[in-house]
Amino acid sequence: MKEVRSMVLTGYGINCEVEMAHACRLAGSDVVEIVHINELIYGDKKLDDYHFLNLPGGFLDGDDLGAAKAGANRIRYAKILKDTERLYDQFLRFIRAGKLILGVCNGFQLMVKLGLIPNLEGGDGKQEVTLTFNDSGRFEDRWVYLKVNPEAPSIFTKGLRGVYLPVRHGEGKFIPKDEETLKEIKRRNLIVLQYSDESYERPVMDYPLNPNGSIEAVAGLCDATGRLMGLMPHPEAYLHRTNHPRWTREELPEEGMGVAFFRNAVQYIRQNLL
Amino acid sequence: MAHRIEIGLKEGIRDALGEKVKRRIERDLGLSIGSVKTISVYTLDLELSKEELETIASDPFLDPIIQEYRIDEPLARDFDWLIEVSFKPGVTDNVGKTAREAIEWRLERRLREEEKVYTSTQYLLKGNLRREDVERICTGLLGNPLIQRFEVWSREQWKGKIDPKIPKVTMEGGGSVVEIDLEIDDQALLQLSQRRLLALDLREMKAIQRYLRDPRVLRERNRVGLGKKITDVELEAIAQTWSEHCKHKIFNARIEYWDEEGRLLVIDSLFKTYVRRATEEVRHALGEKDWCVSVFDDNAGVIQFNDQYNLVFKVETHNTPCALDPYGGALTGIVGVNRDPFGTGKGAKLIFNVDTFCFASPFYDKPIPPPLFHPKRVYEGVREGVEHGGNKSGIPTVNGGVVFDDRYLGKPLVYCGTGGIMPREILGEPSHLKKASPGDFIVMTGGRIGKDGIHGATFSSEELREDSPATAVQIGDPITQKKMTDFLLLARDRGLYQSITDNGAGGLSSSVGEMARETGCELHLDRAPLKYAGLDPWEILLSEAQERMTLAVSPEKLDSFLELAKKMDVEATVLGKFTDTKKFHVLYQGKTVAYLDMEFFHYGLPKMELRARWKQPVHPEPDFEEPEDLTQTLFSMLSRLNIASKESMIRQYDHEVQGGVVVKPMTGRFNDGPSDAAVIRPILSSFEGVVVSNGICPRYSDIDTYHMVACAIDEAIRNNVAVGGDPDRIAGLDNFCWPDPVQSEKTPDGEFKLAQLVRANQALYEYCKGFGIPLISGKDSMKNDAIVGGVKISIPPTVLISALGKIEDVRKAVTMDAKRPGDLVYILGETFEELGGSEYFASKGFIGNRVPRVDLKRAKQLYRCVFQAIQEGLIHSCHDCSDGGLGVALAETAFAGGLGMEIDLRKVPQRGITRDDFLLFSESQSRFIVTISPDRKKTFEDLFRNTVFGEIGKVIRQEIFQVTGLKGEKIIEANIYDLKEAWQRPLRF
Repeated sequence: MKEVRSMVLTGYGINCEVEMAHACRLAGSDVVEIVHINELIYGDKKLDDYHFLNLPGGFLDGDDLGAAKAGANRIRYAKILKDTERLYDQFLRFIRAGKLILGVCNGFQLMVKLGLIPNLEGGDGKQEVTLTFNDSGRFEDRWVYLKVNPEAPSIFTKGLRGVYLPVRHGEGKFIPKDEETLKEIKRRNLIVLQYSDESYERPVMDYPLNPNGSIEAVAGLCDATGRLMGLMPHPEAYLHRTNHPRWTREELPEEGMGVAFFRNAVQYIRQNLL
Repeated sequence: MAHRIEIGLKEGIRDALGEKVKRRIERDLGLSIGSVKTISVYTLDLELSKEELETIASDPFLDPIIQEYRIDEPLARDFDWLIEVSFKPGVTDNVGKTAREAIEWRLERRLREEEKVYTSTQYLLKGNLRREDVERICTGLLGNPLIQRFEVWSREQWKGKIDPKIPKVTMEGGGSVVEIDLEIDDQALLQLSQRRLLALDLREMKAIQRYLRDPRVLRERNRVGLGKKITDVELEAIAQTWSEHCKHKIFNARIEYWDEEGRLLVIDSLFKTYVRRATEEVRHALGEKDWCVSVFDDNAGVIQFNDQYNLVFKVETHNTPCALDPYGGALTGIVGVNRDPFGTGKGAKLIFNVDTFCFASPFYDKPIPPPLFHPKRVYEGVREGVEHGGNKSGIPTVNGGVVFDDRYLGKPLVYCGTGGIMPREILGEPSHLKKASPGDFIVMTGGRIGKDGIHGATFSSEELREDSPATAVQIGDPITQKKMTDFLLLARDRGLYQSITDNGAGGLSSSVGEMARETGCELHLDRAPLKYAGLDPWEILLSEAQERMTLAVSPEKLDSFLELAKKMDVEATVLGKFTDTKKFHVLYQGKTVAYLDMEFFHYGLPKMELRARWKQPVHPEPDFEEPEDLTQTLFSMLSRLNIASKESMIRQYDHEVQGGVVVKPMTGRFNDGPSDAAVIRPILSSFEGVVVSNGICPRYSDIDTYHMVACAIDEAIRNNVAVGGDPDRIAGLDNFCWPDPVQSEKTPDGEFKLAQLVRANQALYEYCKGFGIPLISGKDSMKNDAIVGGVKISIPPTVLISALGKIEDVRKAVTMDAKRPGDLVYILGETFEELGGSEYFASKGFIGNRVPRVDLKRAKQLYRCVFQAIQEGLIHSCHDCSDGGLGVALAETAFAGGLGMEIDLRKVPQRGITRDDFLLFSESQSRFIVTISPDRKKTFEDLFRNTVFGEIGKVIRQEIFQVTGLKGEKIIEANIYDLKEAWQRPLRF
């Protein structure tokens, strides 16, 4: 593959696929395709033909069994019809090939429930952390300040110090399995983003700056390779200055802060995977 | 054997949903309680081995990090009361459906059709509660007895075991057709109509009787095996098609209207005379530049957006279902109206939702008679229904409002609207045109049919009674609908169908009946997929089960269509064919069960004849002293429910999914000021924008519905223009909600209410024509009364005007928050002593008589100037003056910007006002507060030289809002954050 090829997954309640695809295009991806989960299951499309998998926000299967839970179950157990392998095997092969996955909101919940991040044990697919109901017990749409951990291996946040993005979720509270897990996550610097104060310096636990009560103010995580990342806030919702809630009163650069995540991904692919 | 799997949180994990329930028990029911915990229960009616049970309980059902499970033994412990809330048989159980699918994936085998999963929720209460308190918690908060059942155990009664109960629908029989003899006397005809909930009057029943007497009709019926009796399938289908809901009988009636001077005006159809004529004349005036594409013909109106795209917009009400079940009613309201633009032309992609609600006060403290819910419950239920419907469908909720008036106690109004976009051409054909041809297949896609919503159309044409049927309540399923719309948009772009329409009121009867109106159809009801057995053919035909579209698919495309449906996991079933017989021909297991001439079916309805008599109501002139402390008055005005911030509701809606919302519902320095309108960019690679706004002012109806409508139109346009919408490119939608305006024993003031309706329509015509606003779609809901305990509660006549505008470049849009210290504050437009029906008078217990009037010519001129000023970048902030007038608009502008203001009322252009309170709170129309940079003063004033405006003060850094009164004294001085707190506090739920 001589060109950067991005796939944006859709279907079964995913609903941010259009803006996520737009973000990939703005970031310079040569090919951007929105692909229905069943196109993968029917074997019409294969993950192997892409470098960058985008798991957008939405409500997979209505989040009926808990956020992204039924969606994770589908991906884990569905068999490809034209083949004998499972869809999950394709995911694992994609990851082993050193390719990139970015999960936003419901996509992050999906990655966590598939055990793709933080993946401390190395590929056994076991869930180690969760994202569950906000302390407020309600869905909320509000913009949050995010402190970026410069030590995190995430390739998506390279060069970023702080970002301002909207959260739009009811189940975004991060909880690790136990103290040990949290310690290990911190030791390996896998916390990429934390809800913070307006200066992007101090992680905060107070509502509404921390919109859900996430432990350690976690808003985004990656795996140890940094090639897999998930976050509750929506980078694809801030692609142009007019997405910013105060663009009519503040001096802002033309490009929105969310584009950087996708540009970093495309650049990484150009440098390492082509 | 049935099993129960229970899932609960591990020890030490916070139960956020339980805490939320606890807060609402305390706040809404006034009970004190120790704690609430929740447990999810799955009842499995399927054959599973022990290992399999273990597998599904511990995998797809469980979040192993925070949850634990039990199989066939209860998790519940340590409670004073245990409540389990489950669905009654036949009620949509979305979670149960997803759980069933998850089991299939996990166990890698298909379950049998009858193997089902049912869900319920347990609430573990701790605290000193009596049984009647717990029962109140059940029906007053946790569920709705119409669709749910409650089991309650006290700690003492608890035996430590719950046997699985299967809420399976078990109906005997089904499939039967009854023939009814209509050769009966008038009394018997009427009784028949009432008994079967047909909502047909005697003239209509007799029209059916006459039709069956026609020898030609009888001859043709004999040929297909029917006789002179009518079948229940036919009678129900006619009643549905002829319902007020579907045929708008009142809007199409011949009306004799007497004005106050006793002059008679005969109106042949309000719709044709006023609504449609306004649009026709606006379009005629636009001539070649007419940008309307399809109006009034389809499920939604269509206008041109640019050379490549059309916009589609529709607003509906879902009042009666919301009165019966606020959550389910609102959920089906929003996913239902989604299907209107989706079923317009060849189908539009949905790009925004809007919602406006009219409720009684959430703090209402008088007894609420059954079956009504407390307004707070209605508020929360409707909010949650719209939240789930909109958010889960991935459509941003961008605009709306809430109006409070205790007359909405009997029927809350729930307006839900959806906009869409479609390419002007699809595969070389205009996308707004569609046609089912003889030979095309009738295909139904999406959900399955159950008894849900049967009689919805006829039922909403009647007042709400204590014995209103529970089948009218439904729960929507946004994910099934999303899957279907994902599929159909793809099918559309591949040209796989000829025509599409939604199954809403009246179900298949309406959708197929409409599509086959000019051709004919042969519809086989036994082929329709059912949720459960036991339905009679008429029920299958009439069911309003949600998430279904009906399509016409040509024979050569059928295989591709069905294959794509299968691939995208959407159920699609061929139910018959379109024919050239001009007959509505319905069969069940090969036997004809309905055979009606399309002509009669659609046009056989006799025209209603009604009388209207107008008399100007006169209210006592308000008589109260000007308050000494106007600062305090301003605080209390900001806390009025109709003015207070709706942020807690707005935040729970996703208002920016799809990535194009440029002016969001909340704006300003702290993202918490009230935007006047929404601006969205539907095509992310372009800066062209859609501007969405609304106007609604039912309080003015107490004085004159003519001015109520004029003001609603002005408000919708004003809001649109305030953010940068082009006043010459706005399309309107009119949604009427009225109390029953037909004179009868139970409505002795029907002639007056009908006169109110006539006057409202006259204003609609005058002002839409005058402003050049074509009405592209609309709807009416005419029986918004409730008879409860023998007392009738009627809503005030209410019209929602929704405006769909355009802005060439969204980067020019303006928001309402003050931007910079030193900016000059202007008021545009003139203020009169127009406090009749105002919030201010209402706060003093008066209505008054001097209702605001709209000066069409001046308003239009002003709007064009504002548009130009925004285009030229002269305006920093622009906010419309509406409820609470100038005083409220100024305070909102200041605190939204986090800046203070110095205002001098002596500079406000006005006529005849001598009191500061009147000047501050008059609701004169067509006014804005704008702030501009001082160095643009001359350019700005030159542009507005032919309009009335005044420079009334300036924006200051100091966070103080101060106003100098007419006598030159400081009359208001307040910290802006205190003002904001007063505005935010009341509805911070």
